[in-house]
Amino acid sequence: MNKDFTQVGRSVPRKDAPAKVKGEAIYAGDMVLPRMAYGKIKRSPYAHAIIKKIDYSKALALPGVLAVITGEDAPNKWGIVPQTANEVALAVGKVRFCGEGVAAVAAIDEETAEAALDLIEVEYEPLPVLLDPLEAIERANEVRIHEDAPNNILHVGEQLFGDPDKAFAECAYVLEREFHTSYVNHAFLEPHTSLASYDPQSGQLQVWSSTQVPHYLHRQLSIVLEMPMSKIRVSLPAIGGGFGGKGEASPADFCAALLSRKIGRPVKVTYERSEVFATNKGRHPCHMKMKIGLDKDGYIQAVDFDNTLDGGAYAGWGIVVMFYTASMIHLPYKVPNARARVRRVYTNKPTCGAMRGLGGVQPRFAMECMLDEMAEMMGISPYELKMKNAIESGYRSVSNLHVPHTEYKKCLQTAVEKSGYLEKHGKLPFGKGIGLAGGYYISGTAYTLYQAYKPHTTVLIRVDTEGGVTVHCAAADIGQGCNTVMAQMAAEALGVYYEDVHVVSGDTELGTFDLGSFASRLTYAAGAAIKEAAEQINQKLKEVAAGMVGCRADQLEIKNRRFYSIFEPRKNIEWEKVVEAYTNTVGTLVGVGHFSPPRLKGIDLSRGVRVQGANIGHSPTFGFSSQVIEVDVDLETGKVRVVKVTEAGDCGQAVNPMSVEGQVEGSILFGMGQALYEEMKLSPEGKILNASLHDYKVPTAMELPEIDSNIVDSYDPTAPFGVKESGEGPIQPTIPAIVNAVYDAIGVRFTDLPITPEKVLKALKEKGKRIS
Amino acid sequence: MKQLIELNINGRIYEVPVDPRDLLVDVIRKKVGLTGTKKGCGQGDCGACTVLIDGKPVLSCITLAIACQGKKITTIEGLVAEDGSLHPIQQSFVDHGAVQCGFCTPGMILTTKALLDRNPRPSKEEIKRGIAGNICRCTGYKKIVEAIGAAAETMSAEGVK
Repeated sequence: MNKDFTQVGRSVPRKDAPAKVKGEAIYAGDMVLPRMAYGKIKRSPYAHAIIKKIDYSKALALPGVLAVITGEDAPNKWGIVPQTANEVALAVGKVRFCGEGVAAVAAIDEETAEAALDLIEVEYEPLPVLLDPLEAIERANEVRIHEDAPNNILHVGEQLFGDPDKAFAECAYVLEREFHTSYVNHAFLEPHTSLASYDPQSGQLQVWSSTQVPHYLHRQLSIVLEMPMSKIRVSLPAIGGGFGGKGEASPADFCAALLSRKIGRPVKVTYERSEVFATNKGRHPCHMKMKIGLDKDGYIQAVDFDNTLDGGAYAGWGIVVMFYTASMIHLPYKVPNARARVRRVYTNKPTCGAMRGLGGVQPRFAMECMLDEMAEMMGISPYELKMKNAIESGYRSVSNLHVPHTEYKKCLQTAVEKSGYLEKHGKLPFGKGIGLAGGYYISGTAYTLYQAYKPHTTVLIRVDTEGGVTVHCAAADIGQGCNTVMAQMAAEALGVYYEDVHVVSGDTELGTFDLGSFASRLTYAAGAAIKEAAEQINQKLKEVAAGMVGCRADQLEIKNRRFYSIFEPRKNIEWEKVVEAYTNTVGTLVGVGHFSPPRLKGIDLSRGVRVQGANIGHSPTFGFSSQVIEVDVDLETGKVRVVKVTEAGDCGQAVNPMSVEGQVEGSILFGMGQALYEEMKLSPEGKILNASLHDYKVPTAMELPEIDSNIVDSYDPTAPFGVKESGEGPIQPTIPAIVNAVYDAIGVRFTDLPITPEKVLKALKEKGKRIS
Repeated sequence: MKQLIELNINGRIYEVPVDPRDLLVDVIRKKVGLTGTKKGCGQGDCGACTVLIDGKPVLSCITLAIACQGKKITTIEGLVAEDGSLHPIQQSFVDHGAVQCGFCTPGMILTTKALLDRNPRPSKEEIKRGIAGNICRCTGYKKIVEAIGAAAETMSAEGVK
């Protein structure tokens, strides 16, 4: 870390925390506008069916109903990845998952809207339902989910680096395993909510939405409503969590906007919890095959990865997640030869999308568990095997990923030392176990998702006597605390205090362009833009200050709200006085900074198909994490209890250590949920059986283990303020560390998530049979 | 036909017209206009809608408004002091980083208030058990538990209720 920083590195409480604890933070669902109407969506009970007829005359006739729309009113396809955009606001012609919206109603109150839904008559012709990706490929001739995907596959990727087959033939240790991850949902507390207000006189639409991506929502609204973006404004109220699930637009946004435009009144659409599950966009269940080869000394020589991603009914983020899973095998270990064959398949289920740590969690689970097993094959500690193969700063993978800086080895070391892993591993009584895993994630990059090379983030900083310092950027604070972090970085760059900085964010009209809160990009991206904007401001202020104190502008430094002559520190002046002097003589001071991730050449993501824009390969830096997890398996009930998690993370310079800890702790519980408890279950007809927070088991405070998290001393010299990421790296090791711990406890390696008590008891029983 | 009932919320009497089927959370949020109480699931599973009724934590999304007549309802808005300063529990949540997206926060704080009222010196296990009905997806609970422990100490020291 940089010890000279005064504002970056402070664990300041969040700017918005007081409002939130008082219940004064305003979320979209709390907003009321004059003449506001309520919208509700009618959803298909069939997972796959042709829509023969929709008759909503009776609904329209119900007193209090203001409008009804169907898919035909807005058939333009939208999608977060423009090349594969195949979603619609409401189903057009057919439905492809149970719960897909087929009509929407606006009424004077929610009860009337709900009653109106019952009066909409929809005639369906059911089609066969495909719920398994392998079955979907096999039966593609009989059942086709999308007309343009004859084999029910969205996309296939093949990547080859070096000569894995030759390498495997020469390996001393080769292991091949299959893994299956589950169908899980983000379960953020605030359901999707969208309030749209169309003004007929000006033709302006304003949408307040619970979204992570104001810009993408802005674009998609323009496409679906066929309105220019300059007539649309997206504003973010407080957001109750996203985790990737709000990283694209939702039918709530489109229906609210379409209905509002139709009736010339504001319309609010709030989802029920069951609708949140039906909308999903959660983690892709993956059917993975991984093969790893080690030489006699334990160095990885080759990795072969095959992944079938169960994508659900539409494309969404699918193609990006697919390519990410293929890319993820190249770090955090040195892999000289690699092959990845990946395919993302359509099924008649609520669509899968981006979920915290997207594309990383599944292959990480496979690789970290396999290395654990291979260490055992070799008779060495998994720690030794991982340290041996761990990358170091400056590493360039065969896939051209460049890691300018890493403390991954330190992460492994710290987690192992603090947890006593080596003393406990293999030595605890039966039923108790300890497991190690590591992981990483990208930082500062993003997929522009449309063919433009414009900067991903622009920040405008305004300094004047009235407002002090105001940072404008349409970035989305979804609870991760980016407003606070941006204020800290701006304060550091300008030489003032965090408390002096106002942040105006989340509004496409008030803030400058930002790509969105996903892929752990914001701290890095905003940091770079803030630095550039601040430098412009400092330069201008220094020229004025220099005259005021009597020295040269380039001999000044700004610290603690004062300008100091470096050579004669007693020549100094208050920051406010300089701002006042500048403002009086010139006017309001503004600085603008832009950030684009570097474009690296030579990234061919698949043979014959070049995907434009940025992707993992363009990630300017990476965050790392290692976890050692201790579990206690109840041999009678099969329940796995996570007792302790020791974590060590490299997030570069921690801007707000308390916030970093919050991300780590949240990530650990999030990962535990997927490892042990969470799974969406479907009926044979494709209906989600547990679409409630009662039956979909997310961890409660009772599941909280002892957590010892450690921010490893780190500073990425190539990054603005030395920062990396912390939102999606810490979740990567959690699942494999638990799985490895369970192996240490009961001698069973689970390859299928979640590890339910039933699976544990079954495995123990089978083990017992084999022993006796 | 709606019935006019009186609800005592945060020490003030509100006269509201309700249908017997109206849920307390909707009456609080939409008729009375106190939107601090949140709706996360509408089925009594997540705890975001927690309010205190006669000091006990209740899930307002599965409680009928009409059944709350004659009772003392406390919402999150009722916790702040007369001069606008934060209740020690609220202050502790802010100081300990126990607030991220904030959606679970009002319910979590009221559950905490009820917990500390009945058990002023809870152990870590008792705290976890006490808030087991409030789901948080952001924080992982650790800082919430720490904030509650610290608040308990502050409140015991100051003799605060």
